[in-house]
Amino acid sequence: MDRSVLEGDPHAVLEAMAIAGYAIGASKGYIYVRAEYPIAVERLKIAIGQAREYGLLGEDIFGTGFNFDIDIRLGAGAFVCGEETALLTSIEGNRGEPRNKPPFPANKGLFQKPTIINNVETLANIPQIIMKGADWFSSMGTEDSKGTKVFALGGAINNTGLVEIPLGTTLRHIIYDIGGGIPNGRKFKAVQTGGPSGGCIPAQFLDTPIDYANLTRIGAMMGSGGMIVTDDSTCMVDFARFFLDFTVDESCGKCTPCRIGTRRLLELLNKITDGRGEPEDLDKLEELCYYIKANALCALGQTAPNPVLSTLKYFRDEYEAHVYEKRCPAGVCKNLMHYEIQPDVCRGCTACARKCPVGAISGTVKQPHTIDVNKCIKCGACIETCRFNAIVKK
Amino acid sequence: MEMINMTINGQAVQVPANYTILQAAESVGIRIPTLCYLKDVNAIGACRMCVVEVEKARSNPVACLQQVAEGMVVRTNTPALRNARKTTLELMLSNHRMDCLGCSRSTNCELQSLAQEYGCDNHKFEFGEPLKPDIDDSAIHLVRDNSKCILCRRCVAVCKHNQHCSVIGPNQRGFKTHIASAFEMDLDETACVNCGQCIAVCPTGALTEKDDTKKVWAALADPTKHVVVGPAPSVRVQLGEEFGMPIGTNVEGKMIAALRRLGFDRVFDVDNAADITIMEEGTEFIDRVKNGGKLPLITSCSPGWIKFCETYYPDFLENLSTCRSPQGMFGAMVKTYYAEKAGIDPKDIVVVSIMPCTAKKFEAARDELSTNGLRTIDVSLTTRELGKMIREAGIKFTELPDETCDPFLGMASGAGHIFGATGGVMEAALRTVYEILEGKPLENLDIHAVRGTDAIKEATVHVAGMDVNVAVTSGLENASKLLDMVRSGEKNYHFIEVMACPGGCVNGGGQPHQPGYVRNFTDLRAVRAAGLYGEDANMELRKSHENPEVKELYETFLGAPGSHKAHELLHTHYQVRPMYRD
Repeated sequence: MDRSVLEGDPHAVLEAMAIAGYAIGASKGYIYVRAEYPIAVERLKIAIGQAREYGLLGEDIFGTGFNFDIDIRLGAGAFVCGEETALLTSIEGNRGEPRNKPPFPANKGLFQKPTIINNVETLANIPQIIMKGADWFSSMGTEDSKGTKVFALGGAINNTGLVEIPLGTTLRHIIYDIGGGIPNGRKFKAVQTGGPSGGCIPAQFLDTPIDYANLTRIGAMMGSGGMIVTDDSTCMVDFARFFLDFTVDESCGKCTPCRIGTRRLLELLNKITDGRGEPEDLDKLEELCYYIKANALCALGQTAPNPVLSTLKYFRDEYEAHVYEKRCPAGVCKNLMHYEIQPDVCRGCTACARKCPVGAISGTVKQPHTIDVNKCIKCGACIETCRFNAIVKK
Repeated sequence: MEMINMTINGQAVQVPANYTILQAAESVGIRIPTLCYLKDVNAIGACRMCVVEVEKARSNPVACLQQVAEGMVVRTNTPALRNARKTTLELMLSNHRMDCLGCSRSTNCELQSLAQEYGCDNHKFEFGEPLKPDIDDSAIHLVRDNSKCILCRRCVAVCKHNQHCSVIGPNQRGFKTHIASAFEMDLDETACVNCGQCIAVCPTGALTEKDDTKKVWAALADPTKHVVVGPAPSVRVQLGEEFGMPIGTNVEGKMIAALRRLGFDRVFDVDNAADITIMEEGTEFIDRVKNGGKLPLITSCSPGWIKFCETYYPDFLENLSTCRSPQGMFGAMVKTYYAEKAGIDPKDIVVVSIMPCTAKKFEAARDELSTNGLRTIDVSLTTRELGKMIREAGIKFTELPDETCDPFLGMASGAGHIFGATGGVMEAALRTVYEILEGKPLENLDIHAVRGTDAIKEATVHVAGMDVNVAVTSGLENASKLLDMVRSGEKNYHFIEVMACPGGCVNGGGQPHQPGYVRNFTDLRAVRAAGLYGEDANMELRKSHENPEVKELYETFLGAPGSHKAHELLHTHYQVRPMYRD
């Protein structure tokens, strides 16, 4: 979302920053951008060069005596540097670790000076609002959230990509009308908004108009606008584990709850998806989640438990199946499922036996074949090969 | 200071407006637990132990950083908060090698104390393999075991902000974060000056001094060895803390009694050597002033400072006094003067120093510090190691009678005793230098201008028609600021005293551990220094040059201060050190 703005309309951001600088009396602005976005960086450099040429950045802009210039700072691969105080600390040349607030950046920010820090997408709205007026902007959106938002649609959805829509649009409209629905005839299960910091939203909320308040109310989060759609082939426990894996990797390590707590959450989820889950693990998981939310130093830690808490809330039956029945209902967690050839469907064509990389399938021609579960590595080659859909995950 | 009204745990209190919640609570008898917070060193709100509930706040702030405000309503120990702290501790414990029974910090460990207070379940979050030791013992003074580190960052902070060295820091991120040096270099390969402040501030057993007590036990048990010990000035106002006595109690008499009962053949006093240092350095100073020598003269008793100068400020090497530190002079006199007097072969003498310092271990091993080819100081122990030996020997320290040192190298003046406090060396030197130049003593031997815990202290002493400008600083960050001003010409001094540790040796790297909740509210530097100044004030003998043992030493052995023999045995030289070893 932000990348598309920087790549597609960098001048909107530059103009907004100059306006912001003018508003607070700042003469210097910084754009902190991931080094993994080289095209955005390149185009920003071009745009800044152009703006300086035109006298829109630099000294004495439009002869008003107002000086404002912008520098680019590249990230070094840390998700946590998206947290505002960690970002400022990173620009200062230090480890990207968040600071306690207060003091807030507006009082003591970059190099301990009063600083305002805003997201690219937020800034990109500014020039238009100034040009067309607040009423124009407010005519879009909901009571709580005005204007538009860019969403990144991904996952089990036909049309992936970026979409900018007025806030208040329903999830159903985005997923089915804009997104084109779920591919391969599968069923919608949940949509994850806000990435690793967000929560998942099950089908019962599809008609919720999206805005900041509503998403928070149903246990999710707007975040950067990420929207990952899952279908009935997704294991929600594994899904939560996937996000935690990311968070644990990206934790800065400064505070105890996030550094050690999220790691222990991940270990608990691994335990559960490995088939070693014990009854008390679910309570431990939940309690640890609430502890981390309440005590972590920054939003990375405070929101890291959200995927776990929201999947526990709406898909607790899946967690319980993993723990009590040692079964993965979606057939994803390898240790909790096995492949089975249905004898009444199998034609004995031997195609799967020939494809199996470990020789786990045996049987005589024209007779139902069987899979030796001890040899099976669950690679799925047999399922892909079978023309008769005789192999199922159980 | 403006006062504000607030409520803590239902109790209405009035506190200064610039207090943090932590300070406000402490002032009304409530101790909020802390681990990472250390006053004047580390204020980063990382450990999350001191979380408190503040009415109407969006989230629970940390008491160590959150400033109070008019009408603030705070709760410090609700069930939810206690549970949160318990969980924080249990998470730390899950990543902490459980070595309590043998760990040198057992019964004096901040993590252990809090875990016990909160009734923690050690094993609640232990999901992985048991931790193995993760050791760097490359440096001569220190052992780091990252398997015991709770990542409070106090060590990083003291090294960076207070000591100007910044040789350790957090490497990698997240769960893999660990404290180490750049590029995972051994500590020994970095520009660490061995000051040991990191050890002094560590709340657990992650950082400890290298245990040299085994060497001393071996020497004491060896009938062929004549084992001589000399404690430093600061030890006598620190050692009592190892036995639960109030901070700063001067336990000189018991210390000597304990050393004797440990089996040392002779118990001398490095404070005596401090008086010798004043004779040499005072002479050196007068010589430089009269004969256009390099000024400002800078003291050289602090080996952490010396190594810092050699590494970071080598352009000041010629300013350093060539005098050895008191430890260096002590060992030299034991192995020459005393050996002669006692008729003992110096090769059979083992000299042990007890120091509030870890850099003394480095200094004792310096080639430049040898005496006639022998180690001047064979083993340097910290105050902590001495405490350990006394406990292991079963000596009931608090019940000991007061004893005095053995003759020849045991008597010290008050000037020698105050060496342990920042400004003490300068004051001792001025008492002697003034009298030598003026021919009469200072009217007031108490030179308050150089006392106290300010970062940089200045004074001008009018002596022999000259205005002598002196400066005193402690803590290497302060030293660096002072030297920058001298370098730039902003300041002009004749004589500078530098001590590596903030507050002087009384706050040295070898001091008894005091937990954060003591250090955050008691100025250890001031309290311990008071123990030394108090002893000095009550003495008849307060000037180094009046010390009869020192007079006898010069008359019968060395000749005069600055003599050829004195230079041979009591002086040293320095070297430029690279920041990083190849």
